Amino acid sequence: MMRGILSAAGYVPYRRLSRQAVAAFLGSSGGTGTRAVAGYDEDTTTMAVEAARLALRAAPAAAPDALWFATTTPAYLDKTNAATVHAALRLRSEVPALDFGGSLRSGIGALSSALGGSGTTLVAVADLRDGLPGGQDETAGGDGAAAVVVGDDGPGTPLLAEYLGGASATDEFVDRWRAPGERRSKVWEERFGETRYLALGRDAVERALKAAGVDARDVGGLVVTGMHARAVAALAGRLPVPAGALVDDLGSSVGQTGAAHPALVLSAALEVAPPGRVLVVVHLADGADALVLRTTEAVARWAPPRPVAAQVAAGADLPYARFLAWRQMLEPEPPRRPEPTRVSTPAAWRAQDWKFGFVGSRDRSSGAVHLPPARVSMRGGAVDDMEPLPMSDARGTIATYTIDRLAYSPSPPVVFAVVDFDGGGRFPLELTDVDAEALSVGQRVEMTFRRLSSADGIHNYFWKGRPLRSTDGGDR
Amino acid sequence: MASHGIRDRVAIVGMGCTPFGEHWGKSLDDLLVDATTEALASAGLAKDDVDAYWLGTAQSGMSGITLARPLQLQGKPVTRVENYCTTGSEALRAAAYAVASGAYDIAMAVGAEKVKDSGYQGLNAFPVPGDGTARSLTAAAMFSMVVPAYARKYGVEEDTLVEVLAAISAKNHFNGARNPRAQFRREVSRESICASPRVAGRLGVFDCAGVADGAAAAVVVRAEDALRYTDRPLYLKALAFATGSGSGLIDPEYDYTHFPECEAAAADAYAQAGITDPRRQLAMAEVHDCFTPTELVLMEDLGFAERGQAWKEVLAGTFSLGGELPVNPDGGLKSFGHPVGASGLRMFFECWLQLRGEATPERQITTDRTLALTHNLGGYPGEMVSFVSVVGTELG
Repeated sequence: MMRGILSAAGYVPYRRLSRQAVAAFLGSSGGTGTRAVAGYDEDTTTMAVEAARLALRAAPAAAPDALWFATTTPAYLDKTNAATVHAALRLRSEVPALDFGGSLRSGIGALSSALGGSGTTLVAVADLRDGLPGGQDETAGGDGAAAVVVGDDGPGTPLLAEYLGGASATDEFVDRWRAPGERRSKVWEERFGETRYLALGRDAVERALKAAGVDARDVGGLVVTGMHARAVAALAGRLPVPAGALVDDLGSSVGQTGAAHPALVLSAALEVAPPGRVLVVVHLADGADALVLRTTEAVARWAPPRPVAAQVAAGADLPYARFLAWRQMLEPEPPRRPEPTRVSTPAAWRAQDWKFGFVGSRDRSSGAVHLPPARVSMRGGAVDDMEPLPMSDARGTIATYTIDRLAYSPSPPVVFAVVDFDGGGRFPLELTDVDAEALSVGQRVEMTFRRLSSADGIHNYFWKGRPLRSTDGGDR
Repeated sequence: MASHGIRDRVAIVGMGCTPFGEHWGKSLDDLLVDATTEALASAGLAKDDVDAYWLGTAQSGMSGITLARPLQLQGKPVTRVENYCTTGSEALRAAAYAVASGAYDIAMAVGAEKVKDSGYQGLNAFPVPGDGTARSLTAAAMFSMVVPAYARKYGVEEDTLVEVLAAISAKNHFNGARNPRAQFRREVSRESICASPRVAGRLGVFDCAGVADGAAAAVVVRAEDALRYTDRPLYLKALAFATGSGSGLIDPEYDYTHFPECEAAAADAYAQAGITDPRRQLAMAEVHDCFTPTELVLMEDLGFAERGQAWKEVLAGTFSLGGELPVNPDGGLKSFGHPVGASGLRMFFECWLQLRGEATPERQITTDRTLALTHNLGGYPGEMVSFVSVVGTELG
């Protein structure tokens, strides 16, 4: 039985921080490229949802029987974040949703465990990376997510890439660390980690290639990731793979997305790989993990709904001060309005298809669409004659909109639109990833899963609209 | 099934209204005592003469005890009512029906709100525990969506419409400047209104009603008893109420250029009162100008102007103090202020003064028409409650 990757997708948030702008703000010079920045209303859970939606959309026949979520920057501790992803994706209750928490190794660990395991597993990885202002982690880091559907080859669910084998090397040394609750990671001086990682990476790759029965000279794509930039560069330069095999690690556009990075770069590599290409993914974190895959004929027919490269290209600038405010490194004056109260757990539980899944209802007799779902129809008054209507993938058109400069928002002003959905249904909703000045009636909108606010440590997740952009493949 | 109304069966025989404004030195109890004392005095009654009380307050207190305690009412039936910004009108409607039914001889409707103690500008609703998916937009933002919708539907430039809205605001400030009880007693030019800081969409600060503390009260009796208490009672010709289902928010048919709940309440009120041509039959109208586009659309919903024509009528001065049909001669919510639970009764108070010739001379309307209208709404475009009443000085 061939096992491997059934689908994969990366998610790169809309905003970009220019490294030059950071340097200029802090009174120094230099800096090249950008890093991706999650919206103020995004966290690792919402980004994982977005990546998973894209991955599942490209493989509609693949039904995950497990969801694994990995991050170093979870929205909750104790409470399982994967359960929120599970609800947003409307997975069946029988599908377990598990968090792989804490370390930068958790993403590659979840992926390699899924590849070495059984069944169909949706692996979602997301990270928010930053540090103190002016630090290397702030500018080199990036926010992003990736989702990989791992399973067995089958009719209707062809593998995009077969898993040929992998290897791990584990070692105990304190190179990069962060105490729970701390914002800033600390690192040991670089040379020690570089020597260790170089040795561990070579060892893992060598054993992985052996396990896969592949010669290094046949590797067509090499993905090397890890937060230790010198070690990553050193390993990439010393593995005996053909020239040109090294895959762009997105460091100059997206930045290092921590635990999410190997899956994100792998997704990007798959999107451009021809059939029969051998891909090696190696991630350096407290050891090294190496995976060897080979793309199949199916990769040629695969149409990723929103390629990573297109998302990277579609980014829009974010001023550094706003980045600092979004990361709570700068505390701007909040709107002088009452802050939101915490969400009621039983109310959210009852409404979970609506709140997390954006499922409305359609009256069977009149066809009228109700958002949120209703029991009594607004047309004809039929009672309890509705069918559930999933709307999270529906697209719509702005009928009218406004900008509310008074309402509470973590990042005012609130941009709000009345959206008419294709195929019926209207909902007044908040827009995000939007440049208010460029808005217009008639503009096209898609739905995105976001965190509206938090109160008492409870995050209020719901859906917002975001403009469909042809530049990121959004109008496909 | 029908809405019969209680035309000419109940009369207002006494009213009181505090000045509206920032009453830092007055509590809700003070406002309630002030308004009810004035209303009782104007009817020549004592508090124990009143058989039943209805208190309208949106969120300044709960239960009838909120009124019974400061007035020290002993064992009277006192009920608190709430229905968004129509709360004050609802108190009057309940009191009027109680008298019309024969259950009581004399009833009082009181409306009051202590808004300025909240520490926040604007109005802020009670937080009800929920799933977190409800809109958290301000009312200003919801009503601001009328502007582009109206402009597009009727082919008016948005910039022209913004000037029309400024004219509405300027008119209400002009009227409020002539009203000693109003919150804002200052004329404001159209230019300053247009230049005011933006709040939502095209709406600026001067497009929004003032938020104030205040209270108002009315004593109602059966019409045949009215002349015992005053020689110039106001007879209730119509009390109409319409509650929307909220479907406007999710119905693609709704276009944000009219308020169906207000049209329905107006149609019912005109049927009850026998009004066929409101623009020519009414001496004046008090309407719910929470935001300037609201007043614009109401001129059409209430039948004062043809669809798509209200903006021209506004510019022509039709609804100004000396115009064909003065609207909000007391300054409206814009200038008089909007203590939520009191506003509906404040509208009756202006009719009471105007139809009895007791308004301050600089804003007194001179007309031989004997009918006046009040319109009070709560909620937002698409999700609204609406009240319309007609009062008159003549029976029949």
